Amino acid sequence: MSSSLLGDYAVFGVLLLAGFAFVAFAMLANRALRPSAPSAAKSMTYECGVDPVGGDWAQVQIRYYVYAFLFVLFAVEALFLFPWAAVFASFGAAAAAEMGVFVGVLALGLAYAWRKGVLKWR
Amino acid sequence: MVFEIVLRLAGVMAAFLVLPLLVGQTEHKLMAHMQGRLGPMHAGRFHGWAQLIADGVKFAQKEDVVPAAADKPVFRLAPAVALVPYLLVLLFIPLGPGDLVGSSLDMGLFVVLALVGVGVLAVLMAGWASANKYTLVGALRGAAQLMAYELPLVLAAASVPVAAGTLNLQGIVEAWNPWWLLWQLPAALVFFTAGVAEIRRPPFDAPVADSELVFGYLTEYTGLRFALLLLAEYAGIVVIAALTSVLFLGGWKGPGPEWLGWLWTLLKTGALSVVVIWLRVAWPRLRVDQIQALCWKGLVPVALAQLVLTTVVALAIS
Repeated sequence: MSSSLLGDYAVFGVLLLAGFAFVAFAMLANRALRPSAPSAAKSMTYECGVDPVGGDWAQVQIRYYVYAFLFVLFAVEALFLFPWAAVFASFGAAAAAEMGVFVGVLALGLAYAWRKGVLKWR
Repeated sequence: MVFEIVLRLAGVMAAFLVLPLLVGQTEHKLMAHMQGRLGPMHAGRFHGWAQLIADGVKFAQKEDVVPAAADKPVFRLAPAVALVPYLLVLLFIPLGPGDLVGSSLDMGLFVVLALVGVGVLAVLMAGWASANKYTLVGALRGAAQLMAYELPLVLAAASVPVAAGTLNLQGIVEAWNPWWLLWQLPAALVFFTAGVAEIRRPPFDAPVADSELVFGYLTEYTGLRFALLLLAEYAGIVVIAALTSVLFLGGWKGPGPEWLGWLWTLLKTGALSVVVIWLRVAWPRLRVDQIQALCWKGLVPVALAQLVLTTVVALAIS
């Protein structure tokens, strides 16, 4: 537990490499074991067995862009929660009051979005 | 020193390769019994215990088919991006008291939540790069869902360091007290629910939705790549169950001597994994709009309220 910060991240980096190495090794083993008989029909886009209709890139209406905006707002603020939580004990009531304001603003924003009907999937 | 690190990494790797398979095997048999059928019974003779090994052997021998229209490098990379974050999360999950952890980071909780959030990237990569209408619809559903549920997950998790006074996962377990089961109950429920949605397990499996989208964002995958993506799903179950038990159920704490702590961690993680399997059998799939409504109108307000409650109580105690 007393290892240095740099050591901790070094272990993290080694495991990251090990993870990718595991996948690469699995794919290499797969290459040695598998047959290879490519054909045009096999590499066709799958649409339940019939020939694909239209292009491969379909157009989709992104209904949730408002959710995406909401998420970005909330997530950026939620990020600040963690450093605050770590030092909360040493600041006491003042920190708690600040948190009250913070959560209040968040809740107000959510209530506003709700009232405006943004939270309806259309 | 180096030997110790290698030993830890080997332990994490072993847990990563064994625990998801155990969950998978449990799912085979448990689902079968809950649905009044036998499940796999032939491979390995005794109750089909070798079924997953047989599956693995089959997957390893299958042809590697990449669709002609696909964005090939992204398509090939997606399984690794899905799998590796869960491996890295396991590094920080404390198995027992003292030194029984892969790596003890002061901001462990923060790093772990960031890693769980990478999942959305793998879903978008797989679905988009496949250049298939079904996978695209599945991926966009997945992106909307994962983004939305990230929020209650993070907010509920933020309640724990307020109560514990630390972001270190081992410190959190040490600070844990049985009465947190009541105090942090809403946060625990929100975290677990959002976690199940983050790993796209039923009832939150609209991005996969096998009866409407073929197999969602995984439609074009076969062979070993598909197996790796499935492994990522089961690793996800282990990670969410382990995180819930470490944050909210006291990790290694339990009756009995302290050196048996690792058993408690495994038992709690196993029990929560069984709940995840149970949910798949018991619940119908939620519609896309129901998924969003549950998150924004249910889980997020509860998580915010819990944050206020935790702060007030923590202030009163100290």
